[in-house]
Amino acid sequence: MAYNLKEVVANKPSRFTSGHRMCAGCGAPVVARMVLRALKPEDHAVVCTATGCMEVSTFIYPYTSWTDSFIHTAFECAGATLAGAEAMYKSLKRQNKLEGKDTKFIAFGGDGGTYDIGIQSLSGAMERGHDMVYVCYDNGAYMNTGIQRSSATPKFAETTTSPAGKVIQGKMQSRKDLTEIMEAHHLPYVAQTIAVNNFKDLYEKSEKAIYTEGPCFLNVLAPCPRGWGYNTEDLMLINKLAVETCYWPLYEVIDGKYIVNYKPKNKLPIEEFLKPQKRFKHMFKPENEWMIEEFQKEVDKRWEELLNLEEITNR
Amino acid sequence: MSIRERLSGNEAAAIAMKQINPDVVAAFPITPSTEIPQYFSTFVSNGEVDTEFVAVESEHSAMSACIGAEAAGGRAMTATSANGLSLMWEMIYIASSLRLPIVMSLVNRAVSGPLNIHNDHSDAMGVRDSGWIMLFSENNQEAYDNLLMAHRIAEHKDVQLPLMVCQDGFITSHSIENIELESDELVKKFVGEYKPQHYLLNDKEPIAIGPLDLQSYLFEHKAQQAEAMRNAKKVITEVSKEFEELTGRKYGFFEEYKTEDADIVVVAMNSTIGTIKYTVDKLREKGIKAGALKVRVFRPFPGDEIAKALSKAKAVAVLDKADGLNACGGALFTDITSAMQLNKVLVPTVNYIYGIGGRDTKSSDIESVFADLQEIVKTGDINNPYRYLGLRK
Repeated sequence: MAYNLKEVVANKPSRFTSGHRMCAGCGAPVVARMVLRALKPEDHAVVCTATGCMEVSTFIYPYTSWTDSFIHTAFECAGATLAGAEAMYKSLKRQNKLEGKDTKFIAFGGDGGTYDIGIQSLSGAMERGHDMVYVCYDNGAYMNTGIQRSSATPKFAETTTSPAGKVIQGKMQSRKDLTEIMEAHHLPYVAQTIAVNNFKDLYEKSEKAIYTEGPCFLNVLAPCPRGWGYNTEDLMLINKLAVETCYWPLYEVIDGKYIVNYKPKNKLPIEEFLKPQKRFKHMFKPENEWMIEEFQKEVDKRWEELLNLEEITNR
Repeated sequence: MSIRERLSGNEAAAIAMKQINPDVVAAFPITPSTEIPQYFSTFVSNGEVDTEFVAVESEHSAMSACIGAEAAGGRAMTATSANGLSLMWEMIYIASSLRLPIVMSLVNRAVSGPLNIHNDHSDAMGVRDSGWIMLFSENNQEAYDNLLMAHRIAEHKDVQLPLMVCQDGFITSHSIENIELESDELVKKFVGEYKPQHYLLNDKEPIAIGPLDLQSYLFEHKAQQAEAMRNAKKVITEVSKEFEELTGRKYGFFEEYKTEDADIVVVAMNSTIGTIKYTVDKLREKGIKAGALKVRVFRPFPGDEIAKALSKAKAVAVLDKADGLNACGGALFTDITSAMQLNKVLVPTVNYIYGIGGRDTKSSDIESVFADLQEIVKTGDINNPYRYLGLRK
């Protein structure tokens, strides 16, 4: 059935309830709600989160926003924790010790818990082939502890551990490309998408990831108003600009074949994405024009590489 | 009817795991416990167990996966040593706080650094206050028996805490000894089925585990955990009694060896107690009233019971196979002496740090400890209570 937002919302009540304490204008809760909506209503899910904004805002004892079974253990091990639960499911099913619904396994981690401290646990779980989906909501820094740089933080961005000072102006290193690292695990399904502005893309990719057998990975750009410094009402705009400038391309890799889901007719200059965000403010000083040029070059290079991969893998 | 066999300590642990037939085993290789997941993988490959074996990429993930698995609704087990346990440390606390009765075989080895692969108890001592039940084993038989009793204790509704069975790396893990195994049927019946009350895979009752637990609740939750550890004492006694009825092998919180009329008593855990018993026998031949006390249950700590058992002695030495590095003594010594103080048992007691990094402990070393105790009895003079045994000058 073709995707229809109205029908999805009408026919699939949210499995992630309101009343959580995520900030206004944050992309992450939208990701949780939409990914879980992609579950078939008749299926049960075990959700696991890494420690981070999402965990501490959605499950403060004795309240929880999660209507499915949920487990949180620590920062760096959502991959391994959920892998353990999945292994138990497999074991109990095989032994005929478990009755009931089909169960799906979904992990959520921020970029800190995924790109950095959790990458080993994630990589291990993916390599071992557990039937699970790991969703990274990438907001490009350690937002929960107060906006410290991570390996997902874009170059030149100001964070509290990469401040724009007199000598060093923001983060001096380029961001890690985790989606490609996960693709290097030769998973059956890897995709990159965004939190808002294209629900169809997020929903369909979630559905494919959940219902493709084996380990699947979604990397979702989830803007953070506090860390990025935009007005809360601009969440959708920021996501749109990330895609229209090709800073965050929407693409998926199915069994090694790349599909770039959206190619802007008029690729916008990167300034459009950078300008509304306070974390890049220093880049717009007259003497820092080189920063914008360099940033643009990096975006162009990665975009070209992606288009090449699409071409090569579809020959 | 028991089956007589010859097995190493690691083999004994692996066979116990096979007979328990846990639903998930997640483990990572580390000397000297590596053989346990190795043997166990063979059982999995040959279809001798129903277990899903998760060959994780680290011990941190081993414990994380055990937590996820046990919380999902079945039995999860693992094995490790030394730095492996250190890497698990964060998750060790989480496993206990989530009240998950995971069972671990800990083959004791010195924690780095510097790197050393041989036996001492510094790994176990690093998690002694993490809320795990800790059983120590003198030999392969006890490593096996303790594992058979583990789930019955850990899963009891009044306990629901994880449990580790310790044995000495190489000394027992790699030494082949005679052992009495129980039949698969007996073990299956004794261990029983695990039916958790709440679990992740119950789609009729979704649950949430591992909250952000703030000022209003964490204190009460920790107090419940502490209560569970206190409850474990009664459960350990009951399960050990039932085990004795089935197998004839008796287990308590500790074993007293010729302490009834003993003037001088040496306390230790794991394999060294064998050497101490041998020395006691030799001294008894000479008319010296020596005795030994082997601590089996270290957590929950049977302080009152140990204090009472030592109350008739004239001098006591507590042997710690891990230094406290705290300027006041090893963990077993400080626990025992504080229990003695609370029970008004004012017997002169000294501490020996020994066997660090696999330093061999000979019967002549133990003889020197008993000689020191005789001197203390004679002079009433302790001097320095924080001593070393077998340390080169």
